[in-house]
Amino acid sequence: MAQDALSKLLSSRDWLMADGATGTNLFNMGLSSGEPPEFWNTEQPDNIRSLYRSAVEAGSDIFLTNSFGGNAARLKLHSAQGRVRELNRVAAALGREIADASGRVVVVAGSVGPTGEIFEPMGNLTHAMAVEIFHEQAEGLKEGGADVLWVETMSAFEEYAAAAEAAALAGMPWCGTMSFDTAGRTMMGITSAALAAKVETLANPPMAFGANCGVGASDLMRTVLGFDAAGASRPIIAKGNAGIPKYHEGHIHYDGTPELMAEYAVLARDAGVRIIGGCCGTMPEHLKAMREALESRPTGPRPTVEDIREKLGGFSSASDGTGDTSGDPKRERRGRRG
Amino acid sequence: MADDEIILSELSDDELVLQMHDDLYDGLKEEIEEAVNLLIARGWAPYDALTKALVAGMTIVGADFRDGILFVPEVLLAANAMKGGMAILKPLLIATGAPRMGKMVIGTVKGDIHDIGKNLVGMMMEGAGFEVRDLGINNSVEKYLDALEAEKPDILGMSALLTTTMPYMKVVIDTMKERGMRDDYIVLVGGAPLNEEFSKAIGADAYCRDAAVAVETAKAYVARKHNRPNV
Repeated sequence: MAQDALSKLLSSRDWLMADGATGTNLFNMGLSSGEPPEFWNTEQPDNIRSLYRSAVEAGSDIFLTNSFGGNAARLKLHSAQGRVRELNRVAAALGREIADASGRVVVVAGSVGPTGEIFEPMGNLTHAMAVEIFHEQAEGLKEGGADVLWVETMSAFEEYAAAAEAAALAGMPWCGTMSFDTAGRTMMGITSAALAAKVETLANPPMAFGANCGVGASDLMRTVLGFDAAGASRPIIAKGNAGIPKYHEGHIHYDGTPELMAEYAVLARDAGVRIIGGCCGTMPEHLKAMREALESRPTGPRPTVEDIREKLGGFSSASDGTGDTSGDPKRERRGRRG
Repeated sequence: MADDEIILSELSDDELVLQMHDDLYDGLKEEIEEAVNLLIARGWAPYDALTKALVAGMTIVGADFRDGILFVPEVLLAANAMKGGMAILKPLLIATGAPRMGKMVIGTVKGDIHDIGKNLVGMMMEGAGFEVRDLGINNSVEKYLDALEAEKPDILGMSALLTTTMPYMKVVIDTMKERGMRDDYIVLVGGAPLNEEFSKAIGADAYCRDAAVAVETAKAYVARKHNRPNV
């Protein structure tokens, strides 16, 4: 079997640069609050081409397709659950077009975001349903020419695992990141150490795994150190937000500067991260600064939590949740009925 | 486990209430329903069963959620157990004219599909004894305002999980101001990308970091609101 584009790049380079924000960029192009960005694949394809091209021109080796919310569970809110295949195919096809015209190897990563549903027993989502939802999306992305599936911003490991199975069904390589936004854990309580261990239990483990979004670049880097401390052997992905969102005259603006993101990129590389990118608020000017720093600044020692705090700013919580025994009962039990 | 098997009906009232706190913590819905029925059968006022057993138990859950000991899955299970107990108590509370904590209308803003956080807040608010009208996801300003007119709540809660949808909260608050109704309500906002500064900038009363904080904040504001004529 021919090697996929991402494996090829990973085997020939120490680090790869991924892209930045999709939502923030589209918002700046006039996407209105409330509209599903995926509709623009067919309604405003030139804007999507511009989005992809801006990442490639800023030096990204990998960019994500505009298909984050392109699963049936989410498109249903806009009565567009019947358009999953089409919207994903077009998202990837536009990407293929831009990547192939770039004159170098650029990976088209088919973005797969969460369903927004909760797994049983708390919610209604079953494993079979989740696999079916992701599989449908994966087939569309594959048809459009995506090189790899890019599962991102996950909170529940069940959902991450369902996406892994869907990738296998579609016969596509995949990468997967989770969003560690709740005191160092995902909303569902997964720590960095837990993810590093759990990916190895999957029948179809990801090519690379890591963290995206969450709370600013500092927290994300602390999560990355957590993967490493847990003995992760797979390539690690870091896609952090450009700071924290602030509200200015009707627009959301992230307070992370290109200089800060350049600093973050270098720290990520020095921490051993193989795929480095941004998430919300990361614009082409941030990516350019990141690429330049990655190419020009010499490799330094592996950063510590203190280095991160000093260079990127403080953390949103005192601890990242690793190393404690949460999940074990903390209260004195009165006993449970058998 | 046979040794520590507990028969709820054999417990004294005090022990039963403590056991209910544990069972809520463990998300045991059937046990909570059984225990609520036992308290009522023993002549407890529905309001006491609500506050001493269920609300007190959910307060422990809320505190551990706030402190990063429990996470969303455990809290959802606890809230589900709470709901089972509430379903039994609700008609009894109405029939006995029990005092109310307050009422909240809550919904996720237009364009935002995530509702896990919003659901948690709704459940924890119910767990704290508030009446909650959940508008679901993807709410336009018209839907919020219609619900405020119809429900006459004390609190409006808005949630957004995406940076692309959070500015819509300001649209809702600005419209409330235009219609001269902003100050009739306590406006609480929440969601992963939000922060205190954002909530101030858009004119909300408070930002709530998580569902436990939302409950504490709601209690504090409702108490203040009720005290207002005396100030």
